[in-house]
Amino acid sequence: MAWAKHGKFNTWVGTGAPWVWLSAGAVSISLVMVFGLLALIAVKGMSYFWPHDVVEMDYREAGAVTQLIGEIHGSEEVSAERLRSAGMTLPSHEHMVTRYLLKMGNRDLGGGDFRSIIEPEVAARRYPEALVAVERREWGNLYGYLRAVKENGVVVAEGEAAWDELQRRLERVQDLVAQIRRIEKGEIGGINYKLERLRLDERGLELKGRLDAAARADLESERAIQQQRYEGLQQQSSDLYQQLRRDTYTVEVADGQQRDFPLAKVVQIYRPNAMSVLDKTQYYFAKLWEFVSDEPREANTEGGIFPAIFGTVMMVIIMSVFVTPFGVVAAVYLREYARQGPLTRLIRIAVNNLAGVPSIVYGVFGLGFFVYFLGGNLDQLFYPEALPSPTFGTPGILWASLTLAILTLPVVIVATEEGLARVPRSVREGSLALGATKAETLWRVVLPMASPALMTGLILAVARAAGEVAPLMLVGVVKLAPSLPLDGDAPFLHLDRKFMHLGFHIFDVGFQSPNVEAARPLVYATAFLLVVVILVLNLAAVAIRNRLREKYRTLES
Amino acid sequence: MISETPQASISAEAAKRSHRRWRWRMAKDALARHGVAAGGLGVIVAILLIFFYLLYVVVPLFKSAETEAVASYALPAPAAGATAYLAMEEQAEIGARFTAQGHVVFFRVHDGAVVLDESVTLPAGVTITSVGTGIPARGVVAYGLSNGQALVVRQVYRVSFPGNQRTITPALEYPLGEAPVLIDAAGRALSRIAVQGDGDQTTLLAYTADGELVLSNLHREESFLGDSDSVETVSAVLPRPPGAVEYILLDPEQRHAYFASADGELHFYDIGDKSSPRLIQRLRVVPQGNRITALRFLTGGTSLLVGESSGVISQWFPVRDARNNMVLTRIRDFTDQRGGVTAIAAEFARKGFLAADSQGKVGIYHTTAQRTLTVAKVSQTPLVNLAVAPRADALLAEGGDGQMHFWRIHNEHPEVSWSALWGKVWYEGYGEPSYTWQSSSASNDFESKFSLVPISFGTLKAAFYAMILAAPLAILGAIFTAHFMAPRMRRVVKPSVEVMEALPTVILGFLAGLWLAPFVEDSLPGIVTLLLVVPLGIVIVAYIWAQLPGRVRHWVPEGWEAALLVPVVLLLSWASLALSPVFETAFFGGDIRQWLTNEMGLAFDQRNSLVVGLAMGFAVIPTIFSIAEDAIFGVPKHLANGSLALGATPWQTLWRVVLLTASPGIFSALMIGFGRAVGETMIVLMATGNTPVMDWSIFQGMRTLSANIAVEMPESEVNSTHYRVLFLAALVLFMFTFFFNTMAELVRQRLRRKYSSL
Repeated sequence: MAWAKHGKFNTWVGTGAPWVWLSAGAVSISLVMVFGLLALIAVKGMSYFWPHDVVEMDYREAGAVTQLIGEIHGSEEVSAERLRSAGMTLPSHEHMVTRYLLKMGNRDLGGGDFRSIIEPEVAARRYPEALVAVERREWGNLYGYLRAVKENGVVVAEGEAAWDELQRRLERVQDLVAQIRRIEKGEIGGINYKLERLRLDERGLELKGRLDAAARADLESERAIQQQRYEGLQQQSSDLYQQLRRDTYTVEVADGQQRDFPLAKVVQIYRPNAMSVLDKTQYYFAKLWEFVSDEPREANTEGGIFPAIFGTVMMVIIMSVFVTPFGVVAAVYLREYARQGPLTRLIRIAVNNLAGVPSIVYGVFGLGFFVYFLGGNLDQLFYPEALPSPTFGTPGILWASLTLAILTLPVVIVATEEGLARVPRSVREGSLALGATKAETLWRVVLPMASPALMTGLILAVARAAGEVAPLMLVGVVKLAPSLPLDGDAPFLHLDRKFMHLGFHIFDVGFQSPNVEAARPLVYATAFLLVVVILVLNLAAVAIRNRLREKYRTLES
Repeated sequence: MISETPQASISAEAAKRSHRRWRWRMAKDALARHGVAAGGLGVIVAILLIFFYLLYVVVPLFKSAETEAVASYALPAPAAGATAYLAMEEQAEIGARFTAQGHVVFFRVHDGAVVLDESVTLPAGVTITSVGTGIPARGVVAYGLSNGQALVVRQVYRVSFPGNQRTITPALEYPLGEAPVLIDAAGRALSRIAVQGDGDQTTLLAYTADGELVLSNLHREESFLGDSDSVETVSAVLPRPPGAVEYILLDPEQRHAYFASADGELHFYDIGDKSSPRLIQRLRVVPQGNRITALRFLTGGTSLLVGESSGVISQWFPVRDARNNMVLTRIRDFTDQRGGVTAIAAEFARKGFLAADSQGKVGIYHTTAQRTLTVAKVSQTPLVNLAVAPRADALLAEGGDGQMHFWRIHNEHPEVSWSALWGKVWYEGYGEPSYTWQSSSASNDFESKFSLVPISFGTLKAAFYAMILAAPLAILGAIFTAHFMAPRMRRVVKPSVEVMEALPTVILGFLAGLWLAPFVEDSLPGIVTLLLVVPLGIVIVAYIWAQLPGRVRHWVPEGWEAALLVPVVLLLSWASLALSPVFETAFFGGDIRQWLTNEMGLAFDQRNSLVVGLAMGFAVIPTIFSIAEDAIFGVPKHLANGSLALGATPWQTLWRVVLLTASPGIFSALMIGFGRAVGETMIVLMATGNTPVMDWSIFQGMRTLSANIAVEMPESEVNSTHYRVLFLAALVLFMFTFFFNTMAELVRQRLRRKYSSL
């Protein structure tokens, strides 16, 4: 019987069935990896905005029981052996121990943000509704019990009343903060920009030898006006700061101490344990909106990523402006005008292969050729007044866009060529037979028919550009740009500025930030956003391509 | 009817108009044709520009040095005596001639006009018996006197800009005071002398007329209150060497001393403890019969350059041997000059040097790169003295006929040569020749180590581990998808794998570095079992499935096996990961990292090749999958049908017919995948430690060409050697991937023609 079974197995192997199944397994593994990865990013990225419950626990350590307050940020099973070898004493019956990562916040009160705790030492766990979580502009989150609200050091509300009072006063603070921001970023920033322009004008006139008394007086008076405006605004903002300092609130933190904190630094304050699911959902979407619309805080580890989104979009748009016409012209030349022969074949192979050249090589080229060579010469010619500080001779959004335009050029050329090749001969011949010239045929008949292919190419190019980081690190991306490349100061579009980028943001915050653990959820959220954008773009390209195929299938039949 | 009817005139008008229109349309057509041609060719040229621009930046690395004669003139102030030591200042405008009679003649190097002729003041009745120098960058010169004393001077140059014109004023300083210091208590004449000084500490080493070696160390100590300082002197007499001493060298750290006789005997002393110097080694540095004709330090004072009467120049430095003793070792030779070497001048900031010979030639060399940059004939007579400008852009050579020659040097990148980039190089302070990449350091006389071998190795290692994961998965997956899968499922599977190709690698790198690396570290046994259990489990499940009654088996139609296996894969993965700590406790004593280090002697980095292999494998799977799937799917159906009709099993058909036909396509898929893995930047940047180690171990990281560029490019100075070497790295990457992709593309085109003929 056993022998027969054995034989059966051998026959089964002999048919090659195990190989078929193994190859099926390869597909399954690939699918599991693909969708697992997407799910991982989605879950980790989307859960960032959900308010976690804040736990209060009694924790035994070093023979005493201490009270800890914080959010549980993950748990894992660890072998007790490993913990023992690290010097912990554990009950001998334990083999596997659950270890939690507790986010304790309160960075300003000492110690790190996080600590790990192990399950057997937790004596009690509570979720009191009165626990508050405070999101602050400095020092990360604060957890504890709200005890009082003070105005100029005098208690105005205590106990239960403190919560409502705090919310009311928080609105006022946020209003003030918004005003200050408008003045500092908007108006004072504008004045600084104008003053810098005046300095450059003066230097430019001096270089040309036309800086006479009249010009100097003009510049001086203009400068005086700006200076006066600046002082006015300065006064205004310092008044606002004065008002901002009025309120404080008192929180009892985990070790029972009561401390005062300035209300001015509060972004929002909430009681996660008291929130219903509806409240949490509301909070979730508010947080999501803040994420995409706000500026980063605390070395990019908190707040939003709006400048990075803006920078990415801006760069991609400028890149499209370059890559579309050039890509299309090259494709039209290769397909419609060039004589088809070994040379065109060679060019086609070369163009195809450029798509496979590592992106960092384009970055190196962009840095050497665009930034140092072209930019350096542009500065000599057109911006001598700013030298030795470079205007275009330094990495910036224009060079980044151009570099990515070259990088994505093969994508557009190949896609457009494919589209042109799909336009049936009969359509072309029909147009020519009716007396249209070649250019007219191309412009009125062929290109419109190929336009979806062109769109596909452009979308793929945009998707590639949006996700590319390595070359950008060399030609213009920075971790924190002081101002956007597009703003209210003439000439509005500043192509020489450096910019922020989603992909680089991920790299920078994930790997170069001082507090990686705290920043990690934000990186997941950013990664999720980027993945969504790129998947949507790619799926759109696929959809357009499929529609195009259908269209020509009917044309040909 | 001859008169024109209005109708006719209208039609003539219309004809004219239509003719004009026609001409206009033709013009537009021609314009479009030329415009498109120009634009199209322009774009293609622009793309080619990348290659040529990279080349344009890289080429200067391999250019040899150029020299040009600027001026020759008679020795300035010949009455001051014969030159004992020749020097030049930073801007290469003023030269200095230290004579044996105690004169220092400063002169303009362009025409020999004397700027300043100063002589040192000596005690009455005392003459100068020797002249010695420290490292040229400090500009210190010592005079040994006939009464056992020594006088130390230093040349200084003050730069001022009166009327926006640069003016350099030379002067002499006396760092130890204008009065000579006593070196030999017995008062014997000092026939050879060497000096090194750095601020507070000065060491003088002299050889007396009757063959004694005396050492004197002056240590200036600031008193507690800082208002006055005292000089503390330590003196010692070194063991007497057997022969006559011709050359004395003292290293800038004042820890080692070297004495050499003219016939090639060299003594190597440790003088770290100034009161009790110790002989370390005694050896011959030139073959019997040859003589040492010049002996100098390379910049940094670690390497000795020995010039021989045969024209050979050898480089030596101390190397620690197996018993941790310092042994002076011959590192490399330069044999491009025929005449006996008469003078050697080391560059100030690079590991290069110049050598003058008895045939009137000057050779320019670089030690690390083992490169002779040029040998130029400077004079018809033997050269006797040589100096190089601090920026290594000019040389000053004195001929035996009393002529001074001033030459310009253009020598931008001597550090790079084929052997420095790709060969094993013996660097200063290393026990043996090695492949090392270390491009910069804080120290000034740093020896740049530009070996591309470790980073190229890292690139291939990363690509190799990525391919180990990606190639089987992608190709098996492509086989199943193209050949066995139900069309409905294929329509979903193919795009979803392909879309992953567009996934930004920064995200994969981030996940690899921050999520996967700690995960792998925590559950290493689980990951290893996963790699074994999943394939095994799939086969077992398949066999069990085959034994099930047909009723059950028909639930899953043919071609949907992959969907059936998804839960199996998930379950098996979960099980092996969940059991990971159990394995770890059972087999590895609870901590596999410790086990690896202690039992296997393997170092474990958290960000290692396994992580990179997994992450980058993930990145290249879609590339390989997509191309291989196209190749297999493109095999004409009648071939497979024919085979099946003849009774072959599906697998036999696939193996013997389909794969054989599609194999060039699969090959090209692998090449393109490999090219992508080689050029990938962000994943390796984030998921490896970026240390340039050369080790195949799967538990260690690496540094790749691309990551190296990303890390170092922003900090490299424009047009420096480092900058150009990074461009070279980019060019290597470019050519490598371009080559692989072109091969793949040619194979694919041939395949396409083959299919269409079938």
